Amino acid sequence: MHRQYGGQNASFKQSDHNGENHMKKLLMATAALAIGATSAFAETKIGMITTLSGGGAGLGIDVRDGFMLAIGQSGRDDIEVVIEDDQQKPDIAVQLADKMVQSERVDILTGIIWSNLAMAVIPSVTAQGKFYLSPNAGPSALAGQGCHQNYFNVAWQNDNLHEAAGAYATSAGYSNTFILAPNYPAGQDALTGFKRMFKGELAGEVYTQLGQTDYAAEIAQIRASGADSVFFFLPGGMGISFLKQYADSGVDLPVVGPAFSFDQGILQAVGDAALGVVNTSQWNKDIDNPTNAAFVESFQAEYGRLPSLYASQGFDTANLILSALEKAEVSDADAFREALRATDFDSTRGAFKFGPNHHPIQTIYAREVIKEGDVFTNKIIGVALENHSDVYAADCKM
Amino acid sequence: MIPERLVNWVVFAGLLAVPLWAIVVDEPFTITLVTRAVILAIAAVGLNIALGIGGLVSLGHAVFFGIGGYAMGILAYHAQTYTSLDLFGLSLAGTKSMPIIWLVAIVVSALAAWIIGLLSLRTSGVYFIMITLAFGQMFYYFAISWSTYGGEDGLSIYVRNGFPGLNTLVPIQFFGLCFALLCIVLFLNARLQNAPFGLALNAARQVPTRVETVGLNPMRLKLVAFVISGAITGLAGALFADLNRFVSPTMFSWQLSGELIVLIVIGGVGRLYGPVVGACLFVALEHWLGALTEFWHIYLGLILLAIVLFARGGIIGLLTGKEGAHV
Amino acid sequence: MSTLLIIEQVLNGLQFGVMLFLMAAGLTLIFGVMGLINLAHGSLYMIGAFAAAAVAGATGSFVLALAAALAVAAIAGALIEMTVIRRLYGKAHLDQVLATFALILIFSEGTRWLFGSFPLFLDIPDYLSGPVTLPGGIQYPLYRLTLIAVGLLVGLGLWALIERTRIGIQIRAGENDREMIAALGVDIRLLYTLVFAIGAALAGLAGALVGAIQSVQVGMGEPVLILAFVVIVIGGIGSIKGAFIGALLVGLTDTLGGIFLPELFKLFMEPGAATQTGSALASMAIYILMSLVLIWRPTGLFGARA
Repeated sequence: MHRQYGGQNASFKQSDHNGENHMKKLLMATAALAIGATSAFAETKIGMITTLSGGGAGLGIDVRDGFMLAIGQSGRDDIEVVIEDDQQKPDIAVQLADKMVQSERVDILTGIIWSNLAMAVIPSVTAQGKFYLSPNAGPSALAGQGCHQNYFNVAWQNDNLHEAAGAYATSAGYSNTFILAPNYPAGQDALTGFKRMFKGELAGEVYTQLGQTDYAAEIAQIRASGADSVFFFLPGGMGISFLKQYADSGVDLPVVGPAFSFDQGILQAVGDAALGVVNTSQWNKDIDNPTNAAFVESFQAEYGRLPSLYASQGFDTANLILSALEKAEVSDADAFREALRATDFDSTRGAFKFGPNHHPIQTIYAREVIKEGDVFTNKIIGVALENHSDVYAADCKM
Repeated sequence: MIPERLVNWVVFAGLLAVPLWAIVVDEPFTITLVTRAVILAIAAVGLNIALGIGGLVSLGHAVFFGIGGYAMGILAYHAQTYTSLDLFGLSLAGTKSMPIIWLVAIVVSALAAWIIGLLSLRTSGVYFIMITLAFGQMFYYFAISWSTYGGEDGLSIYVRNGFPGLNTLVPIQFFGLCFALLCIVLFLNARLQNAPFGLALNAARQVPTRVETVGLNPMRLKLVAFVISGAITGLAGALFADLNRFVSPTMFSWQLSGELIVLIVIGGVGRLYGPVVGACLFVALEHWLGALTEFWHIYLGLILLAIVLFARGGIIGLLTGKEGAHV
Repeated sequence: MSTLLIIEQVLNGLQFGVMLFLMAAGLTLIFGVMGLINLAHGSLYMIGAFAAAAVAGATGSFVLALAAALAVAAIAGALIEMTVIRRLYGKAHLDQVLATFALILIFSEGTRWLFGSFPLFLDIPDYLSGPVTLPGGIQYPLYRLTLIAVGLLVGLGLWALIERTRIGIQIRAGENDREMIAALGVDIRLLYTLVFAIGAALAGLAGALVGAIQSVQVGMGEPVLILAFVVIVIGGIGSIKGAFIGALLVGLTDTLGGIFLPELFKLFMEPGAATQTGSALASMAIYILMSLVLIWRPTGLFGARA
């Protein structure tokens, strides 16, 4: 567990030397105690449960880093963030949530990356009166019938990026697309979302196995199907494997996908195989507004790497919370909620607003993978969907 | 060296004392932690019957854990959504009553254990380990693709199931329930070990041929042990799902099977309180080591290695100075 | 479903099988000779891949990367054998499972501590990339053909080693009767370390070769490990021939099952449900295969009869 305080020391790098960290923590804790004793501010406690170990750790680390960057830049010293690792296991996430609510008595929770962990934690946490702001996972159940007044999603609803890919594929003129995704709920949602916005024909629809690493068979199917394009959703290592094998196979069809397989962290591992692929995202580092430019620069200065969309989502979530804290205390739940709804903050995406189900209404861009010098990154090539909400909002009876 | 009886009583007292202390200092989360240890202990006691006494190294015992969990999940899901469960032409209503759910979990797990046991006990040694692993993986992949009950997302049960006379949402009351069940299971285990069945099973583990010459069938003994073992682990699965108010395919994973074995070995194989000590230590390590460093698995691995190489009887073996059962 | 597609899928199944063979051969050798269940084999696979990625990143040479993978994995294997494994011979299977399970934990988190949480970059060299046209008009990636070739070569090499060299005789004798060959003056400790190192090197090579077309990340070894165990159980523990046949069986079942099962179900179900059921069954297919083999032959296809 790592406790970090906003203000004094903006450097929150995960130190390799635990001794150094301990000393720092001890000093900061003492200082905070001293301040707390005399402070007139009620302290706000935020609990972040995210994935910091195992294969999926890259996403959690990015969200955490983006979030803490914003907290550090705020200069506030009355916010305490408790960060825990859920190891991508739902039962650990539930246990941590219990601990945060019962033992740490946090006011706000955030951080979960994966939809299955989110579904395990969020309903019970919001039912207990705590606020939950999601910096990533946006399951459809919580956007529609399961929506809750304490639940806000700062990233997207799961289907959004896939819908945008479908819209882009239509506008790019593809008429016979081969689509594939892993056989689990997020994968099924991905293909449903794509099909919702895609107006062409499907050359094939395949569900792969979760965790599958060899796609030779699927690529052979693509080759034989007569498709003119490919859409896939394969997060993490699955996407890396698929792209490498696809690029090597000689099947030269254009590829479209959501940002999840083409984020900054993964691109370096895929290399040339990803060049030219179009992917959809609500954020890219070249979105032209001062907040975004400052964010990219400060993130690179602080952590020595370019931010991904996950980092931007963590950054925005923190800034939304900070903006609401300017207006109301968390203890006044109704006022705080209204302050959150007002979204009176500078987002890396420009203007930011929520729909009635507390999910963003935003523009989703189409971006292409390019190489800048030695680094692979994305560049915006167009808009896929503008002012896009989600299809579940109508079911939300908040 | 400390007598085993004393160690057992100390552990028993400790398990009661810690939650009571937690109430006094108002730390409900500690109670949740101890409850988790108790439930894992029940699962491990189940496995210990097959492993410690019977010598069956089952690397797929999570199968029963998962079956128990999903028994709870499916029944409670149908209850909370007011839909009916259509099974073999019968239309059953769901239920949120713990005793019924436990009964279903135990019966279904026992049935599964009987079938899996019949098929697996034809093999032995590493082949047995592998075929039990295979069954675990089959259920795991099946659960992932079974989207009616959430698939990989799992099932959330919003309100804990009910037990007549208690408010199970209060941590200490749910703990009390689980602790009572642990006591019952431990009592059963103790009686079993000293009953003719247990002695025969023990003998079958060590010298199967001699047991055969006496006229007993080692295969049948092991099958019965496997069934009892599966039933108990299934019960633990239902309790675990209730603790987390969540069921997911990870309850079937081979990593969990491995962890159950780790629990027993840390505590002491074949010892009555071995699984209990192991579970408590494991949960404590998970909690405290995880707070110290992100890479705490390294330390867990080192501790495990040390125990396997140097402290063969586990913690209880260390304390009592005797080695436990040789599997 | 055209014949060309079927042939291509069969080739894919064979290639997958051949890669599994590299893993399984090492595993079955170690178990056959030393009687040791080695769960850490997957970690050696991962170490090989990471070594290859690191060297390829530093030097740009794929051949050097492969050599590094072999060397590092072999050294790691020898080190593990001398420090940990040596104490596990003759111990119960349970102890071996646990000690090597502990090694998995240590290696996985250790690698993450050294290399970070993001996947590493490893790519096929240009001279091996792209498809070639096979007789019949099939376009097949050159790299995958290379993999098949390498796997077959290794299989032949192993066979030659076991059947035609002194070391091979010692290994075979050791499989049969450990005490006897120690009594006959063979340095058993050296032999064991050598066998373990060979097994480790094979795993490391597999990791490097496969890592080039998949993802080099922490935890990449565990899924392959489980498959390798399935292979040696189907083939019969201790038998290299069994490992080869078993690997091909598993590779073909997994690949062809994934393609044809959904198609099979589409005959009498609507497409959505068919794909789901077919996919579900395909993921369980190899385990069902293993269970069936074990029920028919409790010690595997070519294992020692009880």
